[in-house]
Amino acid sequence: MTVTDLVSYEDALASYDPVMGLEVHVELGTKTKMFCGCSTELKQDANSQTCPVCLGLPGALPVVNEIGVESAIKIGLALNCEIAEWCRFARKNYFYPDMPKNFQTSQYDEPIAFNGYLDVQLEDGEIFRVQIERAHMEEDTGKSTHVGGATGRIHGASHSLLDYNRAGIPLIEIVTKPIEGAGARAPEVAKAYVAELRELIKALGVSEARMEMGQMRCDVNLSLRPHGREEFGTRSETKNVNSLRSVERAARYEVQRHAAVLSSGGTIVQETRHFHEEDGSTTAGRIKDNAEDYRYFPEPDLVPVAPARDWVEELRKGLPELPRLRRARLKEDWGVNEHDMQSILNAGAVDLIVATTEAGAPSDQARKWWMGELARNANETGRGLDELPITPAQVARVAALVAAGDLNDKLARQVIEGVLAGEGDPDTVVEKRGLKVVSDEGALSTAVDEAIAGNAAIADKIRAGKVAAAGALVGAVMKATRGQADAARVRELILEKLGAEG
Amino acid sequence: MPGITREEVAHLARLARLELKGEELDHFAGQLDDIIGAVARVSEVADQDVPPTSHPLPLTNVMRADEVRPSLTPAQALSGAPAQEQQRFKVPQILGED
Repeated sequence: MTVTDLVSYEDALASYDPVMGLEVHVELGTKTKMFCGCSTELKQDANSQTCPVCLGLPGALPVVNEIGVESAIKIGLALNCEIAEWCRFARKNYFYPDMPKNFQTSQYDEPIAFNGYLDVQLEDGEIFRVQIERAHMEEDTGKSTHVGGATGRIHGASHSLLDYNRAGIPLIEIVTKPIEGAGARAPEVAKAYVAELRELIKALGVSEARMEMGQMRCDVNLSLRPHGREEFGTRSETKNVNSLRSVERAARYEVQRHAAVLSSGGTIVQETRHFHEEDGSTTAGRIKDNAEDYRYFPEPDLVPVAPARDWVEELRKGLPELPRLRRARLKEDWGVNEHDMQSILNAGAVDLIVATTEAGAPSDQARKWWMGELARNANETGRGLDELPITPAQVARVAALVAAGDLNDKLARQVIEGVLAGEGDPDTVVEKRGLKVVSDEGALSTAVDEAIAGNAAIADKIRAGKVAAAGALVGAVMKATRGQADAARVRELILEKLGAEG
Repeated sequence: MPGITREEVAHLARLARLELKGEELDHFAGQLDDIIGAVARVSEVADQDVPPTSHPLPLTNVMRADEVRPSLTPAQALSGAPAQEQQRFKVPQILGED
């Protein structure tokens, strides 16, 4: 493999204008496959979720999953698309072992949704409108394991093993129109688009859209043209770019690579390229077949889908608030700045914070726990916030205990630690660990008296009016009560007993 | 009249992974050309008022509830596989050495 020469990003942009096309595949969260009743549950035994339909055995007849169609329509509507009055499936014919039928059931010239747009917000707040060409229904392929080569790669493998559990899982492919006019911000637009699309898909409830689990995958098509030229250059298609950061890096790398090839007088080959996470580069894959080589034809085993207009309108009415608008509303409600909102979003904490406030906690408290103690724990244990064994209602309960003065922050952290360790709900942890703030005035008073007696020199300073010295006595009381005292009340008692004014 | 050339037949044979000898290409190109010609006559009688059809029955929206049905067992699924390994279908090398 030769090292590809790149030109600097700035130089590339000085000479050329990038045009992008983004293709995103979303695996739907249906219980069953697109055309048969096999389960879609992940991580099951190899080839335990197949049947004659998804294995392509002779005589098997596919029937379309109604939730698959409904999800496709919802996605189309949320992307401001027109919904086809009538459309068909088509066979895309190709031989590759990941597709046992030797064709993929897809849609060709009659997608269920077409002609829409998605507004995305860039980091500086600018709104960029990405035009949507189409969204169509199709099915996923099986999973290959390559044996005998280095680190499981297909290159150098002696043979491959196929698990068809994934073959036939519903996919929606969403294709943009050529994205022009983004200039130097093309990679940022690509990332923002995929991020917004992911939020939208999650808000619609049609998929969890976890990119790290392959539930959402992006292909980045990119070409350059000299400034001032209308005609598009030849594009490359970088496949399976599977994180937001990678989408941005892949676009940037291809801009630099294309510019290097073009400015040295070379020509771009229309090919698929593979993205490498390690260094953000891409390498050549196969030369792209011409579309007609797939010999698409209408699928004879499935009847057309003709979504009734009243069904479409009913689905439109049920669409959730757009993620971008919801974020803006929450940002306002919570009184946070753009940067903090972005952190909350990146941490996957938006819905958890909302649920916690709905369970009665003030938003600043909900944010504080999810973005502080809980984010730290999630980070340390390599889990997502939503995977932590604590519910928003439990976080709200902890906040309520703090607000009522039953817990201080230190104790609240211990309660959360207990809940995460599976010791029960917050009240149970408080009970079992004996974590209540010492509010028994008698006990507190005794502890304060002891602290004063044990620190006579400091007590004298306070009596002499050096109120700041009270901190040391508060510390002593907190230590004596193992942190279970209300520090503010302790301070009051100390000053009172020593006749000093707070 | 639409037709099909010997080169197109060779191309389609390659896409369909069919190994055809020279004389077979000549033979099939002629036959396929005749068949396409015969089918093309349909469009001579089909006027604007006859929409193209891909299905003989006037059916739409045949859908299935999203309910799990039993799958084959892995052993059943693999029973027709020429080769298997680790409960998976074993296939020959996908990419040649390059």
